[in-house]
Amino acid sequence: MNEGRSLAFYALAAFFGLYVLFLYGPMIVIFVLSFQGPTGGLTFPLNGVSLHWFHRLWVGGGIVDISGAFQRSLELGIVVMVLTVVLSLSAGLAFRKRFFGANLLFYVAIASLIVPSIVTSLGIALEFRVLDDFLKANAPNWIADGLTTTMGMFTSGLGAHLTWTLPFGLLVMFAIFNRFDSRYEEAARDLGATPWQTLRHVVLPIVLPSVIGVGLFGFTLSWDEIARSSQAMGEHNTLPMELQALTTTVTTPDIYALGTSTTAVSFAVIAVALGAIAILRKRQARHGSDAGQA
Amino acid sequence: MAAGRDLDSYGVPGWAQAAPFALVFAAFFVLPLVFVVIVSFWDYNDYQMLPTFTTRSYVESFDGCLTDLPNLCTMFKTYVSTAKFCFIVWALTLVIGFTVAYFLAFHVRTATMQMVLFLVCTIPFWTSNVIRMISWIPLLGRNGLVNQMLVGAHVVDAPVEWLLYSPFSVALAFVHLFTFFMVAPIFNSMMRIDRRLMEAAYDAGASGWQMLANVIVPLCKPGIAIGSIFVVTIVMGDFITFDEMGGEQIASAGKVIETRLGALQFPPAAANAVILLGATMLIIAVLNRIVDIRKEL
Repeated sequence: MNEGRSLAFYALAAFFGLYVLFLYGPMIVIFVLSFQGPTGGLTFPLNGVSLHWFHRLWVGGGIVDISGAFQRSLELGIVVMVLTVVLSLSAGLAFRKRFFGANLLFYVAIASLIVPSIVTSLGIALEFRVLDDFLKANAPNWIADGLTTTMGMFTSGLGAHLTWTLPFGLLVMFAIFNRFDSRYEEAARDLGATPWQTLRHVVLPIVLPSVIGVGLFGFTLSWDEIARSSQAMGEHNTLPMELQALTTTVTTPDIYALGTSTTAVSFAVIAVALGAIAILRKRQARHGSDAGQA
Repeated sequence: MAAGRDLDSYGVPGWAQAAPFALVFAAFFVLPLVFVVIVSFWDYNDYQMLPTFTTRSYVESFDGCLTDLPNLCTMFKTYVSTAKFCFIVWALTLVIGFTVAYFLAFHVRTATMQMVLFLVCTIPFWTSNVIRMISWIPLLGRNGLVNQMLVGAHVVDAPVEWLLYSPFSVALAFVHLFTFFMVAPIFNSMMRIDRRLMEAAYDAGASGWQMLANVIVPLCKPGIAIGSIFVVTIVMGDFITFDEMGGEQIASAGKVIETRLGALQFPPAAANAVILLGATMLIIAVLNRIVDIRKEL
């Protein structure tokens, strides 16, 4: 329709450019400011360039227990990632056929995205408090005596994060299997493959690049999550919670250095995932497979 | 599936494959919501919740709402203020998101370029919201870049104060953080539009604006509705952005819950959560009237 580039194109391209600047501009500013010299403050101008604030952040002397929170968030993120991949893949396969309660389960998962995070977080906190009280009153002594709380990063905290990552995982799985050509499975079966062999050698290799995408989603959503974590983490904070608490008290570029560090982790994960997807695609192409090509 | 039961099942029935997924939502979503409703009817004192039925939390939350009329009580004021933010943020993200999606869908010619530019919009979404919020401080603060420029250019004599920790910065941060939630579903809707419909409209003599108003916008309705639900529910339930960017002075429906939790008053927090949930569902019901979302997913 529009053979030549119209005026509208240039106007819209300029709008898009401004939007990208709006997205990235502020972030670039704090990356730059995190390399402030030792006497620098929270705003421009830069007083020299140094790694002072990164050093302070990681060696200590600046902010308390950042490396602890960093490690906890990393561990939780990896567990969430693995569970998100396995559970979404399994549920994605289930949704390809009819099963009892499929519709209900789908709406519950979507509702979990829409219900405000603070409400879910509060609910999980209440659930575990009631469970604590119940256990203290009714459990056998060897449990009840030592019990302080059942809340923790890998019980209530993990559950809170999964209610956020799994719906995204399921939606991606729907997108994958909508495009999936089931003739590959038929061919495998005709050649005598067992159901498990079909899954292992035909379906999984084809969907693997997208499954890596689900893992990427799971990790980064967990890595940056605050609202659901706020009431459900128990005694320790995750990294973004620490970061949020610090924004009200810290008035030095420590906080920018921390921001730059966590963003670097996010970007590293994105890069690794995209790289892995690219390599897999290339390998599929090189081996002459037409897997995934509809 | 056309391929039949046996083929898809890998020897495991469907309900068993979905069971772990379903259990997570039963234990960490459905049951917690039930507890929120139950606890909202419990009593409490300074130390703990007391499991006896009372409507005390609701009565206190709506304190003065009828007697003070026509003046608004705290609850109504908070909701009116939150709704105002919802509307402003919704309108801005819709206009910006639609324009960006339109450019990507109809003006970028190759699929590769579309992918690349879409990814460029996506990447910030994968980084921390708190960092994206604090990144406005060096720009909008009292000694920030914007003020330095304004004062330097003699536009103003003294630094402008309303740029940060104000309703302005809260709305700005929301638009900054969540426009992507509009771009993605609207872009998806646009990519599904049959290009022949647009050719037909063009051949029938439709101008660019007529094409937009009579062909593209109606066909993008599902995407617009899904994006709207995301943006509206996020702003309704938010407390972090209001905290970080509002300088702790702006009330919001989500923050009321957080404040109560800070004081360990669980039943009133739960009652406020139920009220928030009701308000959110009301908004979705209205949006659902405009577009049947279930049909479009």
